[in-house]
Parts: sequence; structure tokens; C-alpha cells
Amino acid sequence: MNGSVARRFLLGLAPWVGAVALWYGVRWSGFVNVSLIPAPHQVAAKFVELLLHEGLLFDVFASTRRVFLGVMLGILVAVPVGFLLGWYRPARTFADPMINFFRALPPIALIPLVIVYFGVDELAKLVILFYASFFAGVIVMYEGVSQITPLYIRVAQTLGAGEFEIFRKVIIPLTVPHILTALRVALGVAWATLVASELIAAQRGLGAMIQNASTYFLLDVIYVGIICIGFIALIMDLILRWISARLLVWQERAVV
Amino acid sequence: MSAIGGIHNARFDRVSLEFDTPKGKLRVVEDVSYDINDGDFIAVIGPSGCGKTTMMSMLAGFQKPTTGKVLFDGQPVKGPGPERGVIFQEYGVFPWLTVKDNIAFGLKLRANRVPVAERDYICEHYLELMGLSDFANSYPKHLSGGMRQRLAIARAYAVKPQFLLMDEPFGALDAQTRANMQNLLLRVLGTEGKTVMLITHSVEEAIYLASRIVVVTARPARIKEIIDVPFSYPRDEALQERPEFGELRSHIRELVMSEYRAQQAQIRPASFSE
Ligand SMILES: Nc1ncnc2c1ncn2[C@@H]1O[C@H](COP(=O)(O)OP(=O)(O)OP(=O)(O)O)[C@@H](O)[C@H]1O
Ligand SMILES: [Mg+2]
Repeated sequence: MNGSVARRFLLGLAPWVGAVALWYGVRWSGFVNVSLIPAPHQVAAKFVELLLHEGLLFDVFASTRRVFLGVMLGILVAVPVGFLLGWYRPARTFADPMINFFRALPPIALIPLVIVYFGVDELAKLVILFYASFFAGVIVMYEGVSQITPLYIRVAQTLGAGEFEIFRKVIIPLTVPHILTALRVALGVAWATLVASELIAAQRGLGAMIQNASTYFLLDVIYVGIICIGFIALIMDLILRWISARLLVWQERAVV
Repeated sequence: MSAIGGIHNARFDRVSLEFDTPKGKLRVVEDVSYDINDGDFIAVIGPSGCGKTTMMSMLAGFQKPTTGKVLFDGQPVKGPGPERGVIFQEYGVFPWLTVKDNIAFGLKLRANRVPVAERDYICEHYLELMGLSDFANSYPKHLSGGMRQRLAIARAYAVKPQFLLMDEPFGALDAQTRANMQNLLLRVLGTEGKTVMLITHSVEEAIYLASRIVVVTARPARIKEIIDVPFSYPRDEALQERPEFGELRSHIRELVMSEYRAQQAQIRPASFSE
């Protein structure tokens, strides 16, 4: 038991150690100009400095909050809409081409338009993130809901369940896994979109920090920014997976 | 107790059903008529894929006949209802609920009005009867096929429907468990007086349990013969040793085999050499 936990921990740690080693390796190999690649320890030192003196946490907070709000709003709308589309065939026939059209547009392509209509403030970012997470979420939801087999509903009906009971006791439990998947997908998309939108126009946030640093060629700051973005996305995903595992103990899993 | 009481009967009145498929209309049930009176135990037997489940699901309220009428208590069936308990061929055990909560599902529904105090008792009772007590708090993913089938049976019995539609309910069980489940069903019928429509592939099971056996043809399902089973209830396993049982069995087997051969001939035309 304990041994397997330790082994999994080591297994998870190994690629990180490997990545850092490779990073040093590239620097020392001499193939690349050393001034173009700050060393891991330099980046770490910069990280501490930014953290203590430059308000890095504030940027992290600004970005995370944007993603969080955008995804929450997007999914809040995507869940009922995706549900309707998955449940009522006519609704799907009606909206499917439209949704696929908008979904195919990369949200980043819309940034210039959003700036025109919504300016460069928080609202603009929220609109972009809402857009990104809504379309990512809605598709996952409706694919998932349309695959719910009628068998369980029939069983519930023959046991005497009314419409509302079927919804609450059968459809909702069957929908939860799809909501969680939609959340995960939306988070990924939203995070990518956020950084792009901050690169273009923002005062604070990790994307803005990277953009400013590139103007002054502060490579170590850029590295700190990129690594922060990666880690925050990773942590959010881990949290969601943890929640999923708790909520979905009943699901059959290929990998335990 | 929450029994949805009363006398129930059903009638298939010149019922036919066609499915629209990409390849055109598929006739699955053809001109079927028979009555199920209160207290009857009807067994339906016929080759795989002939339309037995379809026939039952019209009475359950999930399919509408293309022509003819399916009546329940004199009224055309409009939809499913708790007075007609169904055990589905695919079990339909809820994967997101524990074994115990699966059984409790029906008991917690408003329509059944089971007092909270009684629910636990009923759950324990059926867990025990179905040999699932050790798995009360497990999720269905940890159950074997036969255990899932027993869970589906427990869940249906727990709400005590007066009219039971059972689609091959014991198909996944080993011979011993199957015999136990058959005897349990006979006991439950003896005390609760239900009306049953049971689909089965086992001739012995049909004779042992049913008061009437409807043998249906290969697709489309037509009535080949309706046989009254001459044995009175209560029955026990000694019945299966009686010579009359054996004679009836041979007769029905012959009917079923001839339909099975007819079906094989449909699938594999005579011109197709082996
Ligand atoms: N919804 C449907 N749409 C089209 N065809 C269907 C549908 N349901 C069943 N069928 C077809 O109707 C036929 C009869 O199916 P049914 O499930 O009633 O057979 P069955 O007698 O219960 O068979 P088994 O003993 O194998 O359970 C099959 O050929 C099946 O392919
Ligand atoms: Mg069937």
C-alpha cells in the first residue's frame, strides 16, 4: 500500500526532474547561446523576487479570477443549453449547424472584435472567456446527454417515478459526469484563450506580465510566467479530477 | 403496505407491430391475440429475436402497436406505470446507486408512499432473500452479471406491483440460483397473488411456473399455440419428475424446435450449402 504510493509519487516526479536536467543540459551543451536560456536556478530566483517584490501573486490572482469567472458563467449557461440540445432532437436539428460554426472559430480570432465592442477592460476578457468556455462546454454536454440510454428512465417509470423525480434522480446523476468533463475541457480552452487575450491588452495578469517582459527582453520573467501558467492549469485540473473521483466513485474505470 | 392493489387484466387484441428501419418496415409482431386474466401466470416462449420483448414492451407502455389494441384493465395502454412492474432483459440496474439504494429507489418515490420506517426493513428483507446482503453498500460495478440480475429482481419486487412483466429474469443465473429464484417467485405469488407475464427460453421454467404458455413463431411473432398447464398451485420441484411434466415438455420442445429451425432457414436460405 505505502510502497505503491511512494512508487507512484516517484513515477510522477521523475519527468520533472528529467525536464530540469534536460534544461541544464541544453545550456551546458553549448549548442545554444547561453544568454538566451536562463538557468533553472536563475528562474527560481526570479520567481522568488517577483513573488516578494513585484506582486506576482496579484498577476496570478488576476488571471485565475478571470478564468474562474469566465468558465463558471460559460458552463452555467452551457449546461442547460447542452442539456436541451442533447435531450430534444428538434432543438439539436435547429441549433447544431450554428453551434458547430461558432465552435470552430478559435476564440482568439475574435479578440480584435471584442476589443472593438467591449474595450480592453475586465468585461472584454470575461466575454472572450465566456465564449470560449460556453462553446467548449456545450458540445461536451450535448454529446454526453444524447448518449444517455432510455433504459434507466424506463426502469424509473415502471417503478412509479414522476417526471420531476426522473429528472432529479436519474437524469441529473447521469449528467454529472458530463458536466465535470465539460468543466475540464472549458478550463483548458479558457486558460489558453486568457493568456492570448492578456498578451494583447491587459494591465495585470500572467499574459500581461509575459508581454511586458518581452518588450524589455527579460527572459527569466517570461520563463516564470510560462511556468506559472502551466502549474496553475495543472493544479486546477488536479482539483477537478479529485472532485470527479469523489463524485463518480460509481463509474467503471479502465485504469484504477 | 404500499401494494398497488386491485384486480388487473390485460388483453392483446389482434396486435401487430412494425418497426421503421433503414431497410424498410420490419414486421415484428403479427396478429397476436390473447388475454391475461387476474392471477394468470403467462409464459411466452419463442426463438431469439422473434419479438417477445417487443410484445411485452407494448404492455409495459414503451411501444405502441401499429394495428390492433393492447388493453390494460380495459383501457388502451398509454404509458408505463407502477402497477405494472417490469424486470428488463438488460437489468437496468442504476450504476450510480449502491445495491441498497437501488432497491430503495422505488420505495422512496412519491407514487409508492412507503413510510420511511418501513423502507429499511423492506431493503434488508430483499437483500437477504437475493443473497446480496454482503454487497449492500457496493456499487453495481462490483457485481457479477447474475448478481445484477438478482438486484433488478429485488428492486422490482420491493414495490410490490400486482402485475409483473419479467423479460428472461433468470437468464444469467446458474442452475441452482435459478431454481431458488423460481421457487421464491412461486412463494411470493402464493402470498401476494400477482399476475405475471414472463418471457423465457427455458421450456422447463415455463411449465414449472406458468398457468398458460404462449408459444410464438419466429419473426414476426405470431401465436403458434397456447397451452394450458394442467398443474395446480402451490407447486414444488417434485412436479418436474412427474410423467405429465415430461410429456408436456416434449410437446413444447417440439414446437419451439420447429420454430427455431424455421428461423435458421430464414437466416441461412436452403440454397446456402454448408
Ligand atoms: N426499436 C427497434 N427498432 C427497430 N427494430 C427493432 C427495435 N427493437 C427491436 N427490433 C427488432 O425486432 C426484433 C425482435 O426484437 P425483440 O427484442 O422483441 O426480440 P426477442 O424475442 O425479445 O429476442 P430475445 O429472445 O433475443 O430477447 C429483432 O429483430 C430486433 O432487431
Ligand atoms: Mg428479448
